Amino acid sequence: MSILTFAFCGTELEALPSGALFWPAHDLLCVSDLHLGKSERIARRGGTLLPPYETAATLTRLEQAIDLTRPKTVVCLGDSFDDLAAGEALPNRDRDWLFRLQAGREWIWIEGNHDPAPLDLAGTHMAELRLGPLTFRHIAEQGAQGEISGHYHPKAAITLRGRHISRPCFLRSADRVILPAFGAYTGGLKCSDPVLKGLMDASAVALLTGPQITPLPYGKVR
Amino acid sequence: MRALPPILKNWFDTRGWSIHPHQQDMLDRSDAPSLLLIAPTGGGKTLAGFLPTLADLAEGAHDGLHTLYISPLKALASDIRRNLERPIAEMGLPIRVEDRTGDTSATRKRRQRADPPHILLTTPESLALLTSYEDAPRMFAGLKRVIIDEIHALEESKRGDQLTLAVSRLQTLCPDMHRVGLSATVDDPAAIARMLAKHPDPCEVVLADPGPDPDIRMLETTEAPPWSGGGGRYAIPAVLEQVKQHKTTLIFHNTRAQAEIFFHHLWLANEDSLPIGIHHGSLSREQRERVEQAMVDGQLRAIVCTGSLDLGIDWGDVDLVIQVGAPKNVKRLVQRIGRANHRYIAPSKALLVPANRFEVVECHAALEAVKDHDLDGETRQRGPKDVLCQHILIRACAGPFDAMDLLHEIRTVGPYADLTRAEFDDCLDFVATGGYALRAYDKWQRLMQRPDGMWQLRDPRATRQIRMNIGTIMDPDTLKVRFKGRGGAPLGEIEEGFAAQLTPGDTFLIGGQIVRYEGLREMTVEVTRRADKEPKIATFNGTKFATSTQLSQRILRMFQRRDWPDLPTHTAQWLHLQREVSRLPEPGRLLIESFPRDARHYTCVYGFAGRNAQQTLGLLLTKRMEELHLAPLGFVATDYATLIWGLEPLRDPAPLFDLHALRDGLDSWLAGNAVMKRTFKSSAIIAGLIDRNHAGQRKSGRQATFSSDILYDTLHRYDPDHLMLRITREEAERGLVDFSRIEEMITRIHGNIDHVTLDRVTPLSAPLFLEHGRTPVEGAGQERLLADAATELMAEVGLNAL
Repeated sequence: MSILTFAFCGTELEALPSGALFWPAHDLLCVSDLHLGKSERIARRGGTLLPPYETAATLTRLEQAIDLTRPKTVVCLGDSFDDLAAGEALPNRDRDWLFRLQAGREWIWIEGNHDPAPLDLAGTHMAELRLGPLTFRHIAEQGAQGEISGHYHPKAAITLRGRHISRPCFLRSADRVILPAFGAYTGGLKCSDPVLKGLMDASAVALLTGPQITPLPYGKVR
Repeated sequence: MRALPPILKNWFDTRGWSIHPHQQDMLDRSDAPSLLLIAPTGGGKTLAGFLPTLADLAEGAHDGLHTLYISPLKALASDIRRNLERPIAEMGLPIRVEDRTGDTSATRKRRQRADPPHILLTTPESLALLTSYEDAPRMFAGLKRVIIDEIHALEESKRGDQLTLAVSRLQTLCPDMHRVGLSATVDDPAAIARMLAKHPDPCEVVLADPGPDPDIRMLETTEAPPWSGGGGRYAIPAVLEQVKQHKTTLIFHNTRAQAEIFFHHLWLANEDSLPIGIHHGSLSREQRERVEQAMVDGQLRAIVCTGSLDLGIDWGDVDLVIQVGAPKNVKRLVQRIGRANHRYIAPSKALLVPANRFEVVECHAALEAVKDHDLDGETRQRGPKDVLCQHILIRACAGPFDAMDLLHEIRTVGPYADLTRAEFDDCLDFVATGGYALRAYDKWQRLMQRPDGMWQLRDPRATRQIRMNIGTIMDPDTLKVRFKGRGGAPLGEIEEGFAAQLTPGDTFLIGGQIVRYEGLREMTVEVTRRADKEPKIATFNGTKFATSTQLSQRILRMFQRRDWPDLPTHTAQWLHLQREVSRLPEPGRLLIESFPRDARHYTCVYGFAGRNAQQTLGLLLTKRMEELHLAPLGFVATDYATLIWGLEPLRDPAPLFDLHALRDGLDSWLAGNAVMKRTFKSSAIIAGLIDRNHAGQRKSGRQATFSSDILYDTLHRYDPDHLMLRITREEAERGLVDFSRIEEMITRIHGNIDHVTLDRVTPLSAPLFLEHGRTPVEGAGQERLLADAATELMAEVGLNAL
């Protein structure tokens, strides 16, 4: 596992190849946009019947990140559930699994646009979390400093020797880090999207997820 | 003999026309439950199909729909409507003819369902949609005949499977309906007859006089074809000369990109400003219609085109067909040549233009095959299950159904005749519940079984989504191209993957123009006319033809001759050169060449096993190479060879060709490669697991939509025996894998591998460098590239101290 450590707002953070973020100073693991229960929500609304395994796939990866970092605190950065009803409809098996992961550590659910209200689950529900120099919230705000957010599912693309590679990525500028989506059934928003451009500065870097974290200058990816 | 009604007879007589014997035959045998006509292009097939209908309708009043005409081309449906309306008006017949395609307005479509015309002209997809309405029984009541035009073009495709399933539905609704098929010349009429008839009933076949043999030759050029590449630019002066000497010339190309390049250069050389147009499936409808109209009006001397003009519309005055690039398939070549059938009794005239020296060999093999009347055919496969799943959904839209009734109906369709109950139940279960090992959707099933045993949609509102997804044609994600500015004229479409690689200022060719990429706006590529750079080559989707096995074998046999006096000198010299610097492939041996180029190591494997098997070989070999740390990056396959490139050289190919290792690799390989994911995506869309992307509805950069690859990986991991994965494997094996031919090749060569290591590209391998359809290998090689680029780029912008 090649984790990439980077300096941010006077502290050090670690980008995991899975798309999770670890803050060693506080033993804090942060993941964003799990979108648990997405297939259930689509089926409920009369869409197609997608393979109902995304919750298991996402929890498996979350469990691996927890085993790797042994965090005292886990922060889920919003859109943890595809909607509130999907959270309520979580099968017992998955509830128990979540409960097991939560045992012995602090667990914070930051609210997202998909899951704006508390759910009947263990853990603390918050609109945002301030801790030391950092602020954890779902959607990045203009002018914020030391902000850790998610929401946009950034992905970066680059063409190398005619090969087009596109992967979910972290975006890091001087003032903020935007996390990739951690959930299995999630798409991505191109780095070059005007919304993301407006949030990044000249020093910005994209950290591509994959077998290893690959840092690329924000200006060189699309 | 069934006589024409007097009014029709008189109309023919006043024009001095008489009907062809096969047209009379079709009239005489119009009572046959299934009737197939095989006639060459220009033989008046369509009229032969419609004569019995016109006779019926002229004789007496018929209420409602009498004849349903289905063509694979929208344009053909509207063309036939115009061709029928004129005589109907001139004879004053009380017959209403209308067409119905994706382009027909919603109001008109609604009215057609409430009050159908006597003759309705439509496409397989529109028909499938019609059968999905609850009022289908009313609309089709009284239907007497269904005519499937150009049925040969549907034979080996899922569109054909969908069509015959829809026809089985119609037959249940209208037990007295007669089936009529109209086909061009084919190798195996019986196979098409089986497709047309209600299984297991027989089908009568009318064979028209095939006409005289075509006059087909190679185009003589002063300049030799290039060593490699496609497109045939070198032949432009000779082609222009031919255009001048003929009234109207069709210039066929195998790919849209090649048609664009050729057209561009043709115009640069067109000093006399001969009116020449371009026509292919990625151009906007407006563009295509303009060209078609100009052609009908006799304003064009030539059209540069692709398979989009293979079928249908009778241009009348075409007196020469030029095929640029190897024809790949003798049957299609013969059909294309037929487009130059000025008069039925005259031989059609065609010229072949090989694009490079390998194609000279291929073209010669094709000429020999045409002379020998050796048309190539493919063995018909069992009906695909993804199409079946869609058919079940369509049936459910039309109202509650009994599963056994539906199964019996499906079994009347030839390719599905041996569908087992278990296979059908699998598909039904998939459609109803998702068919997952984890039963997650009990509450949200798509289909529910009622207490009386009938199946129906859980939520009737689902019909809308199901209808929007009808069809089996896979359009890869494309973006519209138009000129920048308000109301900019639409030009056509390019593949999303190509658009993603463009940066503002890049130029590319579309519709024969060089345009400059300005930016992406609301999923539309905006361009201007400022052409200040060498254009990139746009990638268009479009069918890629595979050379038939028969042709490949002919080529291999040609290589064995000591000399090639029939071939142009340059080509013979080229083969001699290949023999000198390396060697020529032999039937009982396997030739492998390895050489470096441009900081990569290449290996070329001349298996002559056909494109699909060579593609599979590429996948299996790169997997083995990955295990041997040769860091393969990708490969490309043609009908005769596979070219692999990577970061490390191949020293000993023998371990790669162990049949057992290859076969062991097949299963694990099947899991994770790009071809399987591509196959999965199209099958999943057809079967109704994934919604099609509807152009216009898809918003720019939506993070809510995610790649079908994710579904594939998830299923593979959590539910490896799921129906969709089984369908994907079946599809891949029939379409893209073709492992049996690899086994056959390896058995044939019997361990006789000739590995030639060289310091540069060989004459025979050169054409492969210009092949499209490269398959990337997502392995260690890619990670190395990415890591190197990261170091380089981060240092470049001074960010290395991250």
